[in-house]
Amino acid sequence: MTDHILNRRNFLRLTAVGGGAVFMSGLYGHALAATAGQAAAPYDDFYFVQLSDSHWGFSGPPNPDAANTLKKAVAAVNALPTQPDFIIFTGDLTHTTDDPKERRKRMTEFRDIAGGLKVKTVHFIPGEHDAALDNGAAFKENFGATHYAFDHKGVHFIALDNVSDPGARIGDEQLEWLKNDLEKQKKDARIVVFTHRPLFDLVPKWDWATRDGDKAIALLMPYSNVTVFYGHIHQEHHHQTEHIAHHAAKSLIFPLPAPGSQEKRTPLPWDPAAPNKGLGFREVEAEIKADKYDITELPVPKE
Amino acid sequence: MDSSRRNLCLSVAAGFGTLMFGGILDAQGAAKQKTKERVIKIQAKRFVYTPNEITIKKGEAVVLEFTSLDFVHGFNIPDLKIRADLPPGQITRVSIKPEKAGVYDFLCDNFCGSGHEEMSGRIIVK
Repeated sequence: MTDHILNRRNFLRLTAVGGGAVFMSGLYGHALAATAGQAAAPYDDFYFVQLSDSHWGFSGPPNPDAANTLKKAVAAVNALPTQPDFIIFTGDLTHTTDDPKERRKRMTEFRDIAGGLKVKTVHFIPGEHDAALDNGAAFKENFGATHYAFDHKGVHFIALDNVSDPGARIGDEQLEWLKNDLEKQKKDARIVVFTHRPLFDLVPKWDWATRDGDKAIALLMPYSNVTVFYGHIHQEHHHQTEHIAHHAAKSLIFPLPAPGSQEKRTPLPWDPAAPNKGLGFREVEAEIKADKYDITELPVPKE
Repeated sequence: MDSSRRNLCLSVAAGFGTLMFGGILDAQGAAKQKTKERVIKIQAKRFVYTPNEITIKKGEAVVLEFTSLDFVHGFNIPDLKIRADLPPGQITRVSIKPEKAGVYDFLCDNFCGSGHEEMSGRIIVK
């Protein structure tokens, strides 16, 4: 329990600077499994950091400090007294450009900045700004596969690509891959999914959806312990599709309005009196019990 | 299908599958309209539809005739479960006959570049 408390302290430090921290606590899960006589795989306490929507290369009034925000987040993560086991960037690493050369330049610059992270286990998935105009070609050159799976301390992580198709489809081929990957998992396996767009229809008229996301959710539904972390909407948001929780992360560039709250999804204006307003950081502590998540939001400091 | 969906009574066959609304068309835009319908021409290009606000009467049969100049833009009216791809170099027709008054937002749902998020419009049904 002591370790648990220490990790929470680290979370509070992290949330003061950037990104989303996710704490996977195994303590309660072990007890729960033992009580219920289930065969849940053993796992250890750990946490990872989720960063999202840095839009490297963006410039404009919504963030006059755009050249520094990502760097500040990297420095903040590096300042954590206990480093996370790994870091995940959930898409829109770069801001889109029609120029393939410029796209690659932005990705190289982003990669160099992310390379400054102390933690060297860093996973990336694309957003539509990174991948939709070339079907993920430049992203793959710089960051590897756009969808993949890995295991870490008893948790199965699945990264889905719902952006390389400009029509926001996961696609039948990837869905088949997902199906095959899930078939290897126990029904009570601890599964975490990373995507860029929401898998469910959050606000389709704002393009906050995945065209065939319902098919992915249907494949995930038989599994009792699934959590989805995504980006795209530039704000904290939480949603349930039955027992599956979906958590959106804030961005590192500019906030967007609350889902469906206005006609257009235009960036919220930069407030000179409150720099980084809306770019706050998130703490998510994921307890294994009953799919419940304790989340605390703290603002980003002005400096 | 619920009654509101039936009332919309729309179909589109633009080579992408059948959608809900009214009227029949093909991928070459050589539609044989069953009835005389008002045609509204809409140009799609990065990152705007022209016009992007269309007013029609409740129960009026209308054909939206799209020409895309530069990209396979999308046309999606989420509240009506209607969408089509708009390939450049051809005309894509979408027939509608909304039976319920209201404002129906539409958007490009194929990511088309910086400014994609602003490519939208609305249909006002009076």
